[in-house]
Amino acid sequence: MFDLLGTTLPSRLLLGTAQYPSPAILADAVKASGTSVVTVSLRREMAGGRAGEQFWSLVRSLGVRILPNTAGCHSVKEAVTTAKMAREVFGTNWIKLEVIGNHDTLQPDVFGLVEAARILCEDGFAVFPYTTDDLVVAERLLEAGCKVLMPWCAPIGSALGPVNIMALRSMRGHFPDVPLIVDAGLGRPSHAATVMELGFDAVLLNTAVARAADPVGMARAFGKAVEAGREAYSSGMLEPRDVAVPSTPTIGRAVFS
Amino acid sequence: MKLMVNGEAHEVAATTLAELLAALDYEGDWLATAVNNDLVDKANRAEFQLSDGDRIEILSPMQGG
Repeated sequence: MFDLLGTTLPSRLLLGTAQYPSPAILADAVKASGTSVVTVSLRREMAGGRAGEQFWSLVRSLGVRILPNTAGCHSVKEAVTTAKMAREVFGTNWIKLEVIGNHDTLQPDVFGLVEAARILCEDGFAVFPYTTDDLVVAERLLEAGCKVLMPWCAPIGSALGPVNIMALRSMRGHFPDVPLIVDAGLGRPSHAATVMELGFDAVLLNTAVARAADPVGMARAFGKAVEAGREAYSSGMLEPRDVAVPSTPTIGRAVFS
Repeated sequence: MKLMVNGEAHEVAATTLAELLAALDYEGDWLATAVNNDLVDKANRAEFQLSDGDRIEILSPMQGG
């Protein structure tokens, strides 16, 4: 169980809903992962179109919590308006706040992010900011009213996994009481297990599952990895050492010479 | 009146946002609307008066990461 902003969630895996081969596979992957939060977005609807209605109906049938995003927004104004529109449609004050600053890396515009976060927090939103692993930015986001932080571990969709372990470890150490969710860049279950072993509270991923050869199997694998990583963190892991230490007791060893 | 709706030019007789949605066959409680970059919530669409040159965004739920 995982307490996130006063909500008890059974899983520490948050899953995106984009890029699946079919709606049925998306639904099966969500179930297989064990996730209790999925991310969704808003896009232009065609006149007379029903695409949005069909997708929304599918998501509601999954019985999971919704975390809308402001993906694709490049300005504070765009992100704030999109968040308000999402709140109306999805009926939640949770918002994954993205203010993109660079087309190639999709890295957040952290200055715009802090500004948008302040506006939305003052308006009653629970802001989940997609940010970098920069500690100063993290402090500004907390000052703006955020109660949770979502640092990347690598660029969105890159599947690189945690490229700066030291920064992630440092972030965990600086903010021991803030829920930290690694968002973006995870490629395989071992990456998820690694960041969970570092003490992160949860992970959010999409592409690594949706674009796998078998998204349902990969969703299940990520669910297990997140659980394993968390349990390992909670159980106290051995620190690496430079010398061998026998695991089998040496006392009572037979002598044959 | 000339409007931009989801990035496309339209010439319409509608004077309110609610009339515009009906004229263009948009219906459903899963839609969100904005005019000139600001949210216009459902409750205010019927009374929201449109002006020539307004830019309207009509959005609906979509897959996202």
